Amino acid sequence: MLAASILLALLAVALAWPVPVILARARWAPRAPALALFLWQAIALAGGLSMLGALVTFGLIPFGPTLLSGAGKFLSELFSGDHSVNAGLAYLLCDCAAVLLAAHLIFNLVLTIVSAEQQRHRHRQLVYLLASPDPERPGTHVIDSAAPVAYCLPVGLRSMTVFSAGLVALLTADELRAVVAHERAHITQRHDLLLVAFRAWHLSLPWFPIAYRAEREVEILVELLADDRARHLVADGTLAAAIIRVAAENSVAIDSSAPLPRQGSATVATAELRVSRLLSPLPAPSRPTQLLVIALGIALIVAPAYLLVFPIYG
Amino acid sequence: MASLGELERSVMDYIWSRDASVTAYDVQAEIADKSSKALAVTTVLTVLSRLEKKGFVRRERSSRPHGYVAVSTRNDHVASLMHEVLGSSSDRRAVLERFVGQTTPDEAAALRKMLDGR
Repeated sequence: MLAASILLALLAVALAWPVPVILARARWAPRAPALALFLWQAIALAGGLSMLGALVTFGLIPFGPTLLSGAGKFLSELFSGDHSVNAGLAYLLCDCAAVLLAAHLIFNLVLTIVSAEQQRHRHRQLVYLLASPDPERPGTHVIDSAAPVAYCLPVGLRSMTVFSAGLVALLTADELRAVVAHERAHITQRHDLLLVAFRAWHLSLPWFPIAYRAEREVEILVELLADDRARHLVADGTLAAAIIRVAAENSVAIDSSAPLPRQGSATVATAELRVSRLLSPLPAPSRPTQLLVIALGIALIVAPAYLLVFPIYG
Repeated sequence: MASLGELERSVMDYIWSRDASVTAYDVQAEIADKSSKALAVTTVLTVLSRLEKKGFVRRERSSRPHGYVAVSTRNDHVASLMHEVLGSSSDRRAVLERFVGQTTPDEAAALRKMLDGR
């Protein structure tokens, strides 16, 4: 299993650094956001799998030739207290590290989901009391605030879109339809699940520069995907105008009140990308490129799984 | 029959509109006035205790019947809600998905140019 362990470790390193950097710079990504999102998920999944897999396959070397036989022997030794296998300290440390890392990742995922749900629940209660349902747009609530904001709050099956009165006053009816379509796309495509998963990944590996990058990229791609959905219902220029007007108005609001948050420039980069995509649309990548990306994504997930189940003997 | 959520909203609206504390009977009379629907006092008390549990109203036990007052004003609640929405920490970003985030005036001007220069 040593060869499998080394291969998995190499894969983990590749997925932790060069591969995400290349994807984050890929020019085709904004032209095919769904494809890019698929690849990001494959990278995250394969990265976690190969990291854990490298530790497990190495740690089980003294216990058996394959993962299953090794794990079986390891567990029976652990619980029977009969220590017939003389495993070196390095192997046992790897076993411990694998268990700790797996527990850490799962714990962080659960924690992130629970805390996001709690915050949404509380927020939703406030919106229910403070905002009135929009009679013209079902599922939409209008809150009495001058700052032009629109957002959606995914809470289980009863998600809601919230507009401020300032936004309704700022935008034309068509632009409002564009905003509704955009926010509704977030809800129907369950972008919240993706965002929470990548946020949990980032929180559990904060020293991993790429985890933050992946979270940011996924946030942007999700916006592009929602824009694309909205384009089916409204003209590209209308959606672009809505984005620009809200961005411009928000900048005034923040200028007079609070200091600019750190993410300001990242947001504007996103807004710029969204607007330029709408005003001068580029064609989607060619069919062969798309198929190549899909094949790559599938290979990324299958490779570590294959190495785990059928380790190369050596 | 209005849903519990709608009832909570109209009860809260009434409490916010009054400076002094209100009793369940005041609320009952107000809702009967406004919507010409008769609510049992027990229903009103249920709504009030839910609002109390959520931290929107405080019960004053010194008088009988108990009076209820709003914990903070409607505007304060709207302000804190907006603060939560406008804060752009990654914490918030994962909780709610905003249409457009915060920009500086310069950045907004650059965006405007993109639209005008078409």
